[in-house]
Amino acid sequence: MIETIILSLMVSIFVGISAGYLGSLMVLEKMALVGDALSHVALPGLAIGYLFNFNPFLGGFAFLFVSAAIIWHVQRVTRISFEALVAAAFTLALAAGIIIIPETELLEALFGDITSVTIMDAVAAAIVSVIAVFLTRLIYRKLVLAMISEDLAVSKGIDVAKTNLLYLLLVSAVVAIGIKIVGTLLVGFLVVVPAIAAKNLSSDMFRYASLSMVFGGISAFLGVASAGYLDLPPGPMVVFSGIVIFAITIVANWRLKLTA
Amino acid sequence: MEYILEVADLAVQPQNQPLLDHISFKVGKGTTLAILGPNGAGKSVLFRALLGLLPHTGTIKWTEKVKIGYVPQNVSVSDIPISVKEFLTIENAKNDPEDMLRLVKLDSEKVLKKRLGFLSGGELRRVLIAWALINEPNVLLLDEPTNGVDVGSEEPIFLMLDGIRKARKMTILLITHDIHIVQEYSDFLLAINKCITYFGKSEEIAKLETQRAIYGEPVCVETMERKED
Repeated sequence: MIETIILSLMVSIFVGISAGYLGSLMVLEKMALVGDALSHVALPGLAIGYLFNFNPFLGGFAFLFVSAAIIWHVQRVTRISFEALVAAAFTLALAAGIIIIPETELLEALFGDITSVTIMDAVAAAIVSVIAVFLTRLIYRKLVLAMISEDLAVSKGIDVAKTNLLYLLLVSAVVAIGIKIVGTLLVGFLVVVPAIAAKNLSSDMFRYASLSMVFGGISAFLGVASAGYLDLPPGPMVVFSGIVIFAITIVANWRLKLTA
Repeated sequence: MEYILEVADLAVQPQNQPLLDHISFKVGKGTTLAILGPNGAGKSVLFRALLGLLPHTGTIKWTEKVKIGYVPQNVSVSDIPISVKEFLTIENAKNDPEDMLRLVKLDSEKVLKKRLGFLSGGELRRVLIAWALINEPNVLLLDEPTNGVDVGSEEPIFLMLDGIRKARKMTILLITHDIHIVQEYSDFLLAINKCITYFGKSEEIAKLETQRAIYGEPVCVETMERKED
């Protein structure tokens, strides 16, 4: 029991930190809802995992990866907005997932179940998180420059389309491991809310990225710990913890403006 | 004259929509070329083609190893928490950001840690110019470098740019709508409206026939007098 608690807290910290860091870019791209909706695309993959008795999170991971690549390609060809494509993909995936997922597993898929976390899950979460944060750090400045001006970025030799694809794939990986804690419906929270909380208190990129990681880690840790203590599902508790942090940053931001 | 850029029969026609056609001109080393034309004339498209960002036909030949600094017309900075220092060093920078801010006549102590989105229009344009200069380019492409700057603050920016150009022996290509700026701060003028409507010395802009060639009819005299005040 103690071992499960330690493992689940470990997973939550890794997932929270990496989701917060990657989410900080998603929020700047004005794609907060994309981060949220993208997570739902994992549902059919989870369902196939449950049906065919392999790790459902591998299925979810594969679905997210392939969907992100397809959406990226269709967006480049059709110039339809990224948000619209993700919205179409997410509703399709949700519809398909709900039809094929076994009813007994539906709640776990939608809202997560960290009580079943294994040592393999914890190791996978740690490895994926570290790699995702490391690779995102390499492309972070390039993506920020492209947000400021795509022409500026391209004139500096940055392949914006490929960098975006890599970023989307990394988001998919982090979302896939996050599903274990908070489920497909709520994992988008970890990508979005720590970052917008950090934005309230940041005037530079370093502070913004650092605070996004810290708030993500704290939200996930407090949520999982309180869920274990109160015997409640972890997903909603992570959301409540994060929202408290977000509310505090709004008040702090308001106070800072008053004293500025 | 020694030329740094030779463009011959350049055309940009994505999906058979002509954005630029039959564009041929040369730019002398160390000179300033002003590019003038109405909205939608293809001025920014020309810059993007010169930067190699757009597929095109014809030839664009930079005649020596050029290093280009570029200031785009529009940037979106309001929503991004990035400080001036972080922006100036977002790439590996050859020069110290504080020195660059001093070069563009900004108070580095006041501005360096400020969020980019909180700068005034004039400060932002100067920071963008500092960014374009930080890796010591020999050519500057400036797409309306005073976009978003109030009228009174425009001229000091061009004065500063002219000083830097002379000191560093740079070549400048400058998109502007301002005839006064063309006259005062450029050596040659390229007027385009998808094709070239005028190419020659900037001082010729004062002549009625040049203005007819560019605008189809002369620019209102009153407007010109007010701008020259």
